[in-house]
Amino acid sequence: MFELTVNGTSRQVDVPADMPVLWVLRDVLAMTGTKFGCGIAQCGACTVHLDGNPVRSCLLTVGDAAGKQITTIEGVGATPEGAKIQKAWLDLEVMQCGYCQCGQIMSATALIKAKPTPTDTDIDEAMSGNICRCGTYVRIRAAIHAAAAA
Amino acid sequence: MKITFVAAALVLATPALAADSGEYLARAADCVACHTAPGGTPYAGGREFKLPFGTIYSPNITPDPETGVGAYTDAEWVAALHDGIGHGGRHLFPAMPYNSYTLMSSQDALAIKGYLFSLKPVHAPATPDRLRFPFNQRWGMAFWNILNNPRHRFEADSTKSADWNRGAYLVQALGHCDQCHTPRNWMQGLKNGSAYSGARQVGWLAYNITSDPVHGIGGWKDQDLEHYLATGTAPGHGPASGPMAEVITNSTRFMTPADIHAMVVYLRSIPPVAAGPEVVAASVAPAPVDPLGASVFAAACQGCHLPTGSGRQSAWAALGGDHAVGDPNGTNMVQILAHGSDMQTPSGYVFMHAFTGAFTDAELAAVANYVTAQLGGRQSQVTPEKIAAARAE
Amino acid sequence: MTHMPSRRLFLQAGLAAGGGLLIGLRLPGHNRALAAPEVEPFAPNAFIRVAPDETITLIMSHTEVGQGVYTSACMLIAEELEVGLDQITAEHAPPNNALYADPFLGEQATGGSTSTRAGWKPLRQAGAAARIMLVQAAAEKWHVDPATCTAEHGVVHHTPSGRSLSYGKLASAAGLLPVPKDVTLKPASAFKLIGTPAKRIDTPAKVNGSLRFGIDVQVPGMKIGTVAASPVLGGKLISIDEAAARAILGVRDVVKLDNAVAVIGDHMWAAICGLKAAAPKWDDGPNAGLSSASIVQSLAAASDADGVEAHASGNAKAAIASVTKRLDAVYQLPFLSHAPMEPINTTLHVRPDGADVWLGTQVPPRTQAVVARITGLRPDQVTVHNHYMGGAFGRRLDVDSVEQAARIAKNLAYPVKLIWSREEDIQHDFYRPYYYDKVSAGLDVNGKIVGWLHRTTCSSVMARWLPAGMQKGGKLDPDTVECAVETPYEFPAQLNQFVQVENPGVIVAWWRGVGPTHNVFVVESAMDELAALAGVDPIEFRRRHLGKDPRARAVLDLVAEKSGWGQPLPKGTGRGVGLQIAFGSWLATVVEASVSERGEILLHNVYVVADVGPVVNPDTLAAQLEGGMIFGLSMAMYSEITHFKGRVEQSNFHDYRALRINEAPKVHVHIVNNPNAPIGGVGEAGTAAASAPLANAIFAATGRRLRRIPFATGQLSQA
Ligand code: FES
Ligand code: FES
Repeated sequence: MFELTVNGTSRQVDVPADMPVLWVLRDVLAMTGTKFGCGIAQCGACTVHLDGNPVRSCLLTVGDAAGKQITTIEGVGATPEGAKIQKAWLDLEVMQCGYCQCGQIMSATALIKAKPTPTDTDIDEAMSGNICRCGTYVRIRAAIHAAAAA
Repeated sequence: MKITFVAAALVLATPALAADSGEYLARAADCVACHTAPGGTPYAGGREFKLPFGTIYSPNITPDPETGVGAYTDAEWVAALHDGIGHGGRHLFPAMPYNSYTLMSSQDALAIKGYLFSLKPVHAPATPDRLRFPFNQRWGMAFWNILNNPRHRFEADSTKSADWNRGAYLVQALGHCDQCHTPRNWMQGLKNGSAYSGARQVGWLAYNITSDPVHGIGGWKDQDLEHYLATGTAPGHGPASGPMAEVITNSTRFMTPADIHAMVVYLRSIPPVAAGPEVVAASVAPAPVDPLGASVFAAACQGCHLPTGSGRQSAWAALGGDHAVGDPNGTNMVQILAHGSDMQTPSGYVFMHAFTGAFTDAELAAVANYVTAQLGGRQSQVTPEKIAAARAE
Repeated sequence: MTHMPSRRLFLQAGLAAGGGLLIGLRLPGHNRALAAPEVEPFAPNAFIRVAPDETITLIMSHTEVGQGVYTSACMLIAEELEVGLDQITAEHAPPNNALYADPFLGEQATGGSTSTRAGWKPLRQAGAAARIMLVQAAAEKWHVDPATCTAEHGVVHHTPSGRSLSYGKLASAAGLLPVPKDVTLKPASAFKLIGTPAKRIDTPAKVNGSLRFGIDVQVPGMKIGTVAASPVLGGKLISIDEAAARAILGVRDVVKLDNAVAVIGDHMWAAICGLKAAAPKWDDGPNAGLSSASIVQSLAAASDADGVEAHASGNAKAAIASVTKRLDAVYQLPFLSHAPMEPINTTLHVRPDGADVWLGTQVPPRTQAVVARITGLRPDQVTVHNHYMGGAFGRRLDVDSVEQAARIAKNLAYPVKLIWSREEDIQHDFYRPYYYDKVSAGLDVNGKIVGWLHRTTCSSVMARWLPAGMQKGGKLDPDTVECAVETPYEFPAQLNQFVQVENPGVIVAWWRGVGPTHNVFVVESAMDELAALAGVDPIEFRRRHLGKDPRARAVLDLVAEKSGWGQPLPKGTGRGVGLQIAFGSWLATVVEASVSERGEILLHNVYVVADVGPVVNPDTLAAQLEGGMIFGLSMAMYSEITHFKGRVEQSNFHDYRALRINEAPKVHVHIVNNPNAPIGGVGEAGTAAASAPLANAIFAATGRRLRRIPFATGQLSQA
């Protein structure tokens, strides 16, 4: 039995210690906003925040996450940075298929929290772990700048 | 970032075994690592060993009478482990570390036999070895043995503590740590005088584990060494990789805390030898970096390792202080990039995937040098050619 | 050149079940391969429902894969219906070939950048007809002349008397009226919505994680499984360690097929661990020896002989026999995987009397048919619940994964969601074919092309996916020569041929940009080589060969201006140009890239000028061009599937690499205003346009000509 704090709510899960948080969220807690894309920390679709830092939930075991604060796309809008990023994403119509975007938004939120006015280089560095097959990078850059200016 | 080890305390999936049981001893001696082909049945043999003098394959040590060890008598078994002479008088090749196992007590050797004989027999005929003359002449091993096999049992040193003696026995006899960590002479025998000072093994560098503080483990805290052997990583020292990760997976993580402690006590007493790459501090001032390496790292590595290498996924992703990031030759870095590394830990399976075709040799060389510069504070000379050669292995 | 056929107004109206107005309309399809059959009697394939509760719903046969089609389709209706975009919802159509078939494809499918083009006129006509009927219903109620009534934002007003009624209140009365015979559409100048950057209707749910893709489906009692199929196509499962799999906590079932094994558990992690423990062993079967080297060898050998003639004008062979300057080049494009971000998944519940399928698919009826075939049910017993797709790029035009899922699920009494790992996805894709193209062309003394020979050697997607689409007695796959036969240029003599070579161990499939993505690379690379041979600036060289097409000239001139063509660049940096007419859209592209001393390719800027005719949503259009361009550059830089010992060598994003944000160029899109031309498609145009200008920019920067995709995996560092 592990105790996870997800978006401020405490949840008990009875799963193996090495189970990645990705699958706990999706299959045990029915929170499907966090996406599976590669399973090997290459695509960023599964990004969540662990104590405020962006992490790949596909390789974060529940054992390592227990006792820490997990924030997912379902809860990130409650933070000021998350709300700003989500609004910029809508204003600039960043989304195409949208599948990668929950992860993009989680990474972007963590970025502007750490660096409230990021440069293009900061954005490239912080966001380069998030693949978008639809190719929305041009707008992701613009939306992060817009959120930072908001 | 402070690294905690919640996970390690959480689960020890396997019930602890008695330290004198055959299964425990077989693990301590890490028989399974060599006697299992990749993806094959444990102990059924067939793992390939590319040695300087040719390629050999480990034999089946399940109790199958025809293709395995089922026909061994107790006496033959002990002779094999102690003297390197197999069933029917055939000389074994010293890829089998009988020059370490010779130190093992007959009682422990037979306990291991008992355990192996309790396994399901697997019919798995040996793959023929491919050795060049004169190494294909097994009788030649008799001379090798005279020069290179000490041929005596471990003798306790009454001037030392019980822990030291237990540790020495585990390190020397069962763990056969020197087989990887001690440089070899021209006959592929272990070089006396530079014991445990580090050596190159199957493309990987087995580091200096003498008590030298600059090149070996003299600077490690006891608890860190114990943690490393039990879990495959330690705060400020990075994770094990390659063959050492296999040792953790198959062997040391199953050992009792008392035995691990004893091994550390013994390792501490190994005389210092200044050899091999210098160890590196957990946090260093970065050396100048190449922008290509930085961009590859940002895209493909920092998702797990963080820009600072402090690891954001798990303790095993923290690279700061890893001996590999301080090696100007980048030996193990090249291996990890080309072949990946994986390990079973008390809190689950951890892995680093290999980078294949889509990344050019130049990109991987650049990222290797970037990691050494950024996390080791040193300039390494990994060239695209080195990457290409490792990938071709 | 392909054109949308002009069609009569096909509308039918009536009372909707539960009251309200229901309008059925036919969206004509567009397929390059098939002649246009005049389908009678009327079979609508999209419906508009105006319900008494004021909801207005568009039920669409085309599916949303990220291209924004739901939004643009709703915009077309809303424009003429006089409602706001916020008043319309789009719904996925259920599979029903009788109702929703695209008459040109002969079935209900989404692909080929056709969705918006197909709806351009009929959706507006349907919206207008509905508005006229609603106004008529109001006028009859008030006993006034309909001409004195106006409609605005879902309400009909009679200004003289100050009366008004909402569409919902009028819907049932309108449903009893006949469909108007003549419907006059607004002129472009009167558009309120069309041509504005309207917000997409599917985005709010994508930004907070609430939108459910196929992979997010949750059904009561559902278990989750994952699959391993034989790593070699045609191989068989020999054995697994079932006991080990079942020993994993949470594993519920192990299902063995002849060529695959599935492990099903309470959650994906149990399934993953169970599958690993099952350690399947395979008999590799007849394709065990397949390798990329042997495939390329066989294509090269086959490309030596003449193939099926796709086009011949003049005597191209004779024309180039005696020229002084000629180009003989081989261009190669590798096998490609689609790798959409959402991994392959199917959720199925098979019962004795029926089945439900939840997934995102581009082909609902094929999905329904394959589940029926495998389970022995009738198609009407199989309900397909279509979902938003996390990308598709052509992958979800095939139903192999659904077939596999049905074989597995019919052994299970409960609903099961089957998810492929990324490794399974990359290694068991249906791949874009390997293209081996030979071009020979000759220049006269004035630097003009006198003859052009282009022979494509590859396997045929059409022959597998839509045999009826083959031409010349089943011998010519028209997709393989699209944009090769019709180029923006006029050559005095031109010969196009197709040589078909099928490789047993690889199945080929549609991939974003289809024929044009392949041929634009070849044609535009060869044009650039010929320009260099003639010693003429690449844009000027193209101008000299343009046909009598003002649109091509206009986009080319504009891209030269926008990109600063001809202005000096730093050493090691170059500009490359490409021109294409594909999917009914005109595109000119300039890529600005540099090559470092080590051979790394850096992408700086991309300028795209597009003339697509009328623009429904300029923001969606720009997004499609930006994204399509990045997708195409990703391919040009990195993408390649190779085989060895029958197996695909790549497995995940670390070796089937995609462009990342730190490698992405700035993309500048300029749209030419051309509202009265026929409407073009854009979903694939950007992808088709990407690779040639990049090759040409690399040439400009380094003098090195890359004729083989991908470019960035070491070609430039090799001497
Ligand atoms: S699913 Fe975790 S990084 Fe791709
Ligand atoms: S929006 Fe489709 S993958 Fe990013």
